[in-house]
Amino acid sequence: MATTADGFDSHGTAHDDHHDHADHKPGFFARWFMSTNHKDIGTLYLIFAIIAGIVGGAMSGIMRLELAEPGIQYLQWWAGFMGGAEDINTALHMWNVFITAHGLIMVFFMVMPAMIGGFGNWFVPLMIGAPDMAFPRMNNVSFWLTVAGFGSLCLSLFVPGGGGPGAGTGWTVYAPLSTTGSQGPAVDFAIFALHLAGAGSILGATNFITTIFNMRAPGMTLHKMPLFVWSVLVTAFLLLLALPVLAAAITMLLTDRNFGTTFFDPAGGGDPVLFQHLFWFFGHPEVYIMILPGFGMISQIVATFSRKPVFGYLGMAYAMVAIGVVGFVVWAHHMYTVGLDVNTKMYFTAATMVIAVPTGVKIFSWIATMWGGSLEFKSPMVWSLGFIFLFTVGGVTGVVLANGGIDDNLHDTYYVVAHFHYVLSMGAVFSMFAGFYYWFPKMSGRMHSELLSHIHFWLFFIGVNVIFFPQHFLGMNGMPRRYPDYAEAFTFWHEVSTFGYYIMAFSMIFFFVNVFYALFAGKKAEANPWGEGATTLEWTLPSPPPYHQFETLPVIEDHHDYHDHRQA
Amino acid sequence: MAQALARTKFGIWALLAAVMAFGLAVAAPQAMAQDAEVAAEPAAETVEAPAADTAVEVTTEAAGAYTPMAPTPGKGMPTAYEDDALASMTFQDQYSPNGEYALWMHNIFLLPVIVAISIFVLFLLLYVVVKFRRGANPEPSRTTHNTFIEVVWTVLPVAILVVIAVPSLTLLARQYEPAPADAITIKAVGYQWYWGYEYPDHDVEVISNMLDEDEADARGEPHQLAVDNRMVVPAGVPLRIQTTAADVIHAFAVPALWFKMDAVPGRLNEKMLLIEEPGLYYGQCSELCGARHGYMPIAVEALPMEQFEAWVVEQGGTLPGAEEAEAAPEVAEEAEAVAEPAA
Repeated sequence: MATTADGFDSHGTAHDDHHDHADHKPGFFARWFMSTNHKDIGTLYLIFAIIAGIVGGAMSGIMRLELAEPGIQYLQWWAGFMGGAEDINTALHMWNVFITAHGLIMVFFMVMPAMIGGFGNWFVPLMIGAPDMAFPRMNNVSFWLTVAGFGSLCLSLFVPGGGGPGAGTGWTVYAPLSTTGSQGPAVDFAIFALHLAGAGSILGATNFITTIFNMRAPGMTLHKMPLFVWSVLVTAFLLLLALPVLAAAITMLLTDRNFGTTFFDPAGGGDPVLFQHLFWFFGHPEVYIMILPGFGMISQIVATFSRKPVFGYLGMAYAMVAIGVVGFVVWAHHMYTVGLDVNTKMYFTAATMVIAVPTGVKIFSWIATMWGGSLEFKSPMVWSLGFIFLFTVGGVTGVVLANGGIDDNLHDTYYVVAHFHYVLSMGAVFSMFAGFYYWFPKMSGRMHSELLSHIHFWLFFIGVNVIFFPQHFLGMNGMPRRYPDYAEAFTFWHEVSTFGYYIMAFSMIFFFVNVFYALFAGKKAEANPWGEGATTLEWTLPSPPPYHQFETLPVIEDHHDYHDHRQA
Repeated sequence: MAQALARTKFGIWALLAAVMAFGLAVAAPQAMAQDAEVAAEPAAETVEAPAADTAVEVTTEAAGAYTPMAPTPGKGMPTAYEDDALASMTFQDQYSPNGEYALWMHNIFLLPVIVAISIFVLFLLLYVVVKFRRGANPEPSRTTHNTFIEVVWTVLPVAILVVIAVPSLTLLARQYEPAPADAITIKAVGYQWYWGYEYPDHDVEVISNMLDEDEADARGEPHQLAVDNRMVVPAGVPLRIQTTAADVIHAFAVPALWFKMDAVPGRLNEKMLLIEEPGLYYGQCSELCGARHGYMPIAVEALPMEQFEAWVVEQGGTLPGAEEAEAAPEVAEEAEAVAEPAA
């Protein structure tokens, strides 16, 4: 693999006379609040995602603490804290508010902004040799819409939502619980939050698609694009096709709630299951939206630290395309128990299992990339290795759940919770930390501490496994999800799970200490701190890159491509 | 170049060896699990037998009058880690034919396959980490393609999935077998936040609320699972379970019967259920339905047919067979035929 731009001068080296112009930055307010610079917007997205992650992660801490033992311990206090009555029913409503907010925050305001808004904005233009995104002003609109969405969601926590303050519908906002079942404006605010975040993501998706199709450096054909760019391209298409369906569904929810329509109300000829079909037509591609950019990052990192081009580049790229396509025709496996027809259930069982094939191709190709390589275990690499294993574990439980007949027992139990946290809380989050440690020196110009990031890795790895592995046991033994209280028989594994949360939370201290250490005392990062394995264009620029890069476009030479097997 | 080629070849052989090891790994636990099953079965029976006897004794003593059955630890309810570590980590024992088939499919098929795949990937990762670390392998190869191995790792998962699909689709077909015309119908209606059980064949309706902890203790039943009025059904005969809801979506779920069906307002879902032996089987609402979602458990009490009928009478219901027998003798014959599957 070598899209190294031989024969092109980056700004930092030769064009010193242009340097000042390239690095001219606007004043603070104009730079951070009216930004049209893809790197600044990427930074804003990352900071935003970290803040949202702290909020969402704290909520999961509240929930794990409550679940540490049977009975209701803390929820009344929280009900009072959020401005509700301190009785048991409000407390139980608060539980539903927490699960709802945790889910929505982590999906829409942590993973998506970090992966697509953060890393996508920062590195898609750098990797394709473009000066910026195609629509810089729209990029800014995307970000601030996302922030506004988060604001609307936070507001919903403090206004009446039926049983108490906040929306207690689950992140899936199923009708009729979200219509007739939740009086008060909280659910409207939550829906509005989804509208805003969704609009931001649709704008972002069009921006990425346009950028990738039109602004690649001369010579960079689609088949020479780095896999991270491929992953963002596929993700952008998924966003563009899935989010309008969500927007339609939740708009119908709003009119059902406020304007007397009955799209999802059987009393007026509607159907609650219709909402689920629409929601999951968006919701299933959404889970791939959350993981595909991670796939791309892992491919870059594994190749870099193996000092070897990625194995089966075309297979890797088209496996992502295949996952994206098949991801659109498996949605009803989230609805196996609603009363589907037997043939429908058989179809969705078979179609769902098909996804395991391209996913397997990716797992094996990453291993084959390392096979014969010269592996260096820097922090991004250990997170990637953790990702590959834990994503496999999450993937195989997905194969179990794909079987409609087996799912009759596991649906809506902790087994499902364990499954999707293995693919997201370990899959997506591990790839984000891998990407963060990989690109942090490039973004900040400072090296983080390898020691601290390794400690962070091991504690986090142990922590999340202790949290989520026992949840498989709970689910198989019959523990339903979204329960604040449970039969005594489930106590032991819940205790273990909560203990894991403490380890995970402790590990995050090392992350934040590391970031601040690096920003204030870290060693200056070279243009390419990772050595000869790092061959994509961003490593040809200084760290951090100049404010405007590639004013002279890099030229990707013909003989350098991903399927070059001649000796270098 | 030659070195790289040799390495690739070695890689292919290692992968093939690993695939074979994987095959063995799938086969071995399967055989072991079967042995274990054979070994475990008599033991399980000896444990269960006295419990079943006492249950029968209690009910025959009552002779016709219905007394709520005492729960049997480990049957129809979750198991605590302290009581049985292994049982707390897996599915509850199954008491319906489809549940037994599904459990077999999971334990003998899916679980060994997914464990083997996970261990296989872990092994490959550890292998490359040790073998190809920079210290051991300073010069990376430039291999980026190997059509053979890429075909293998595409086709092999397809094969595994096809093998899984066979029992999976069989299970689905069995779960969707319609109930026979003479099956007893029970309609479970979800309300915020309790269950109603309607018996249209018997003119009985039961409202079922969760017991609080003191009441559950008084009855010797587990917290969060015990209810005041259970859904009483006959064991050993096919039941037609229908679910619907009055307000929001609920889900009628009983883990020990491998049964879960959403109760959706405006819809009537229906599925056949056959409970093989008398017992008390707990379940919980499994679709988020508002604040007290966690406080509307389900308790299914399966009884021998005579006791079920005694219960129906006690509830003020009518036995369709008996009534019709009085009315017309020809219908009585039909009623007998209806009763036959019970025997």
